[in-house]
Amino acid sequence: MPAPLVDRPGESRADATGPIRGNVDRARILGHYRTMARVRAFEEAADRALQAGHVKGAVHLSIGQEAVASGVCVNLDRGDFIVSNHRGHGHTLAKGADMGAMMAELFGRATGACQGKGGSMHIADFQVGMLGANGVVGAGIPIAVGAAHAMKLAGDPRIVTCFFGDGAINRGPFLEGLNWAKVFDLPVLFVCEDNGFAATTRTRAVTAGPGPGARAESLGIPSTPVDGNDVLAVDQTAAELVRLVRAGAGPQFLHARTYRLRGHTAVDPAPYRPAAEVEEHWRDEPIRRCRDLLVLGGLDTDELDRVVADAEAEAARAVADGLAAPHPEADLAWTDVQDVDMPGAGRPEARA
Amino acid sequence: MSQLSYLDASRQAIAEEMRRDPRVWALGEDLGRGGVFGQYRGLAEEFGPARIADTPISEATIMGAAVGAAMVGSRPVVEMRFSDFALCAVDELVNQAAKARYMFGGQGRVPLVVRQPIGMWRSSAAQHSQSLEAWYAHIPGLVVVAPATPADNYGLLKSAIRCDDPVVYMEHKDLWPALGEVPADAENGLVPLGEGRLVRRGDDVTIVTWSRMVQVVEAAADEPDTPSLEIIDLRTLWPWDRAMVLDSVRRTGRCLIVHEAVQAGGFGGEIAATVGEALFGALKAPVRRLGAPRIPVAYAPVLEAESRIMPAKVAAAARAMV
Repeated sequence: MPAPLVDRPGESRADATGPIRGNVDRARILGHYRTMARVRAFEEAADRALQAGHVKGAVHLSIGQEAVASGVCVNLDRGDFIVSNHRGHGHTLAKGADMGAMMAELFGRATGACQGKGGSMHIADFQVGMLGANGVVGAGIPIAVGAAHAMKLAGDPRIVTCFFGDGAINRGPFLEGLNWAKVFDLPVLFVCEDNGFAATTRTRAVTAGPGPGARAESLGIPSTPVDGNDVLAVDQTAAELVRLVRAGAGPQFLHARTYRLRGHTAVDPAPYRPAAEVEEHWRDEPIRRCRDLLVLGGLDTDELDRVVADAEAEAARAVADGLAAPHPEADLAWTDVQDVDMPGAGRPEARA
Repeated sequence: MSQLSYLDASRQAIAEEMRRDPRVWALGEDLGRGGVFGQYRGLAEEFGPARIADTPISEATIMGAAVGAAMVGSRPVVEMRFSDFALCAVDELVNQAAKARYMFGGQGRVPLVVRQPIGMWRSSAAQHSQSLEAWYAHIPGLVVVAPATPADNYGLLKSAIRCDDPVVYMEHKDLWPALGEVPADAENGLVPLGEGRLVRRGDDVTIVTWSRMVQVVEAAADEPDTPSLEIIDLRTLWPWDRAMVLDSVRRTGRCLIVHEAVQAGGFGGEIAATVGEALFGALKAPVRRLGAPRIPVAYAPVLEAESRIMPAKVAAAARAMV
């Protein structure tokens, strides 16, 4: 069932500069609207580019889940770290990565975020603390825990946020990593983006017990549930959890319930769920809800349309720039393997 | 020079590197009490429990946490207890540590060392006896080291800790008590990764080997009717010292590769193929390999012995080539 658009409909209309809900001002909400619009525009453009044959590999769209990325990352500093998963475009953009470099990466171009070596599932941008998406479900959890361990060891105040899906909670590294984080009392925020699906299977059909939050709680890590399609709720909840993590309260767990509006990959038509279910969830999707909130708060719809148009223009530029960018030189395949290596091992003689 | 055991040489190497570089730390099970073999004895007392970290029995996360820690600037030494147990952490080593730098386009260096003690001991059976160096030599992104002497365990471990690549560091359990001279001067004692060691000169057959098999081959060479053996201890399996091997085989015309690991699919095959491709015309005999049969290592000594390469087997194989 879709959540209400605002906490107290009819009471939350605010003047143009004042708070809309709680103590959050409209500039912050508008910021979320912009971030989510950029993520949506990027992914829709990537999807079209995939259909046109420009994206070479698999793409996992987070359409419908943008509020989790935006609501969490707005509370992080540039120097803080995030570790993402295969559905990571939103996290990456929300953390501040460059959209053009991301699109070029999907196109396998030399100007890509990873020089065309990684693609959608391995986007990283260490400049903004984004330590990498991951092609292996759950594999980011120990990596995030280790980064947090190193921060604690070095007395470094930066914290780590780890995004993963509900499917990941059935992997061993979830148990191991959460246990580890609690045992060593590490500065890490776990964010379980519960979109209801483990690839193309309903997660609840393959998951014993009450789910992600209970598993975290069983290890002594407090879990806070949140409506993951309500960007303000995510923001406010994450703000408190980030504050706790920074204050040295140990690992925290955010259980964000959301819904994956597209298939597992962009080319998955998701026939395993009824169309009516998807349609119902479209009514609950986070960008529309954020827009409704802003309109209730007195924002001009033209201004909101401009935000969307700007995002779409940015995505269109990213596509155009990506298509104009050079393919990598074949020699790039041989770089960044390892420092200590056999010169030219296995390399065709003609290239040596 | 001082006389040290293979085990103490590694302990000294870690202690020196931890004193030298505050970013170096060690993590693994039971390290605070010295590690399962005592290779960390005394280190928690000197460096404290934060830098000699006792971890849960969570191999995947020991390895994975080290990957994350290395990516943000620390230099972890990962203890896996037995190479057999490290199989619980293969995703973290093969898919993450070995790939991060490459797939992130040069971001994400992973300067870690993962110690994976290998080899047959005494009745350690199928899950505590394996030598799996070939698995990791197969993986782009990894350096693979298998020292045979205290001096090399000292010098190679130090080089591995200073290396910016992920290094799979395979000590042999049966060598822990082995004694040998170790240079007292830390910097002179460094052994470069990727360089073999010419153990002894010989004329008839080049033996390429590593880890505990070096001792076995030396014993074989000392038997009265063994042909004159030139023994190369490879020390590092990736990168391996191709030039040293080819120079030697060019002179002797014969090459026998000896390793404790199962022969089928073992790293000896890579060396044999390389020698065959490069020196076919110079060979006086087909290149040969001597490794374990493709059976799990058994518990009862008489069964376990079926997997062991003994000096007599090496001597016989060498004799058959001349």
